[in-house]
Amino acid sequence: MSNSTVNSDSAEADAPAATPEDAHGHVAVDVTTLDAELIEGPSFATPDVAEYALWLGDDSLILAQQLGAWISRAPELEEDVALGNVALDLIGHARSLLHYAGTASDRTEDDLAYWRTEPDFRSLHLVEQPNGDFAHTIARQFIVAHYLFELYSRLRASADATLAAIAAKAVKEVDYHRDHSTQWVLRLAQGTDESRRRMITAFSDLWPYVEEVFRDDPLIDRLEGIAVRPSSLLPAFDAAIAPVLAEAELEVPCGFVASGGGRTGKHSEHLAFLLAEMQVLTRAHPGASW
Amino acid sequence: MTSTITPDTSATAVISVEEQQFNDLIEADSRIEPRDWMPEGYRKSLVRQISQHAHSEIIGMQPESNWITRAPSLKRKAILIAKVQDEAGHGLYLYSAAQTLGATRDDMTDALIAGKARYSSIFNYPTPSWADMGSIGWLVDGAAICNQVPLCRASYGPYGRAMVRICKEESFHQRQGFEILLELMAGTEEQRQMAQDSVNRWYWPALMMFGPPDDDSPNSAQSMAWKIKRHSNDELRQRFVNMLVPQAAVLGVTLPDPDLHFNEETQQWDLGEIDWTEFHEVLAGRGPNNAQRLQRRRDAHEDGRWVREAASAYARKQSERSEMAAS
Repeated sequence: MSNSTVNSDSAEADAPAATPEDAHGHVAVDVTTLDAELIEGPSFATPDVAEYALWLGDDSLILAQQLGAWISRAPELEEDVALGNVALDLIGHARSLLHYAGTASDRTEDDLAYWRTEPDFRSLHLVEQPNGDFAHTIARQFIVAHYLFELYSRLRASADATLAAIAAKAVKEVDYHRDHSTQWVLRLAQGTDESRRRMITAFSDLWPYVEEVFRDDPLIDRLEGIAVRPSSLLPAFDAAIAPVLAEAELEVPCGFVASGGGRTGKHSEHLAFLLAEMQVLTRAHPGASW
Repeated sequence: MTSTITPDTSATAVISVEEQQFNDLIEADSRIEPRDWMPEGYRKSLVRQISQHAHSEIIGMQPESNWITRAPSLKRKAILIAKVQDEAGHGLYLYSAAQTLGATRDDMTDALIAGKARYSSIFNYPTPSWADMGSIGWLVDGAAICNQVPLCRASYGPYGRAMVRICKEESFHQRQGFEILLELMAGTEEQRQMAQDSVNRWYWPALMMFGPPDDDSPNSAQSMAWKIKRHSNDELRQRFVNMLVPQAAVLGVTLPDPDLHFNEETQQWDLGEIDWTEFHEVLAGRGPNNAQRLQRRRDAHEDGRWVREAASAYARKQSERSEMAAS
């Protein structure tokens, strides 16, 4: 959350201090600008890079939108704060990525978030799966955060300087998301009989959407050295989740594999409802600024 | 108290050493800390005030979280999430401050969801439009700041210190609300109407946030004597209106009080009659959203019960394991 946050402890009443470290839980609401390298940099994405940025940006946007719905409904106040933090981090990533994607077609982050229709979205089916109960949200978070951590760790070395910069900032944040969801997987799996049953159900409901995450679409072949090949992340992902699942005494579910298709605009039934809610006000006022 | 004691010494004769120390600390404008002796009434009054304040933060998340999923730009969505999250944080600091007085978070939560505890009535109003995010920041948080800045000097240390932190964040909240309205007033005709309509709905309820008029405020006098409260309801309300008038002019919105006028003699803005019937109706549970707000809090609490139980069971098992490993 570095650039979009300040530590309120050291903030004066009328001027935010710029201390980015350890900022979880202390987001000053007037400091939510894009990273400097995105505003000042002259970088324009090529159409392929823009498409790739859209993939990653849409995943973060859709997931942030879902997590935002938890706020004021979480199991405890501390989780209202924690899930809010994760949502804020993901919106930050989405804004950077969509802004960059938009440079290829002269569109803003909001043009892309609010004025595309469903077939133009590129999100994975996994992030489109509904919040469900807290166990479903945690299972989805656990899978996504571990995937994103491996992805951004490697994307830091991208030949595309903007993607590398976004990844370098994002990786620190998704590392926290990884820890947050891991702690909850352990607690729920080993807490009570009910929580264990719910955790197992959640993983088996969501696992069909994991395969799509690591699938190499043709675009990846055209972005050698720039994009990260999803299939190349699978061994590290498996290795990272294995000890957690072992400690939690959970098994990787086997069963359905959903055919997916988010990267080519074929979406789950959930996405249209999510977009309808997200876009309703903006679309009622074409040309307005907010 | 009897005729054998002279009137000169009667006061000291009935006051214990601790009570004298307490009175001296209050007199010297010093802080009372959790381990200090304090009169039972002081403790009760603080628990009531701090827990009500905490509940207000928690219930106050709802009218704004109503717009998180529909915020009209990604920047506004991020700001709104950060703001509602700040409110959860304020609730947490305040519950902690009340805990230093012996109240438990479970008891306070139970009282809230059972409908036995009070919270600020303002949050029983609905947020049908996006402009309400602006009005809540500008008017509701603005009124809260006027009420709360003096509380930074409240005699009870943990409360005063929590309020310092809360007030810093509230001033950001007020500015972002003002900015939402400013943007709307500079926008399309529909957006300007949206803003004016919202200000019309929130103005009077915001003025009622300062509480009943001074001659009808049962708890005020004692709280002021104990220096928990520093200014009267009417004083703070007047200060707020004086602040709003020039800001409304900058925004280009009309404050919905036809009787509002500048009094040359007092150099203050005199306001029209406040409809206290409405205030008492909402306070009595007959406001637009009282039932909905409590139901949401209760549902979140009930739906989350299995999660909290899992967390405590896991923590218990972990500590048993580490004890076994240590022995």
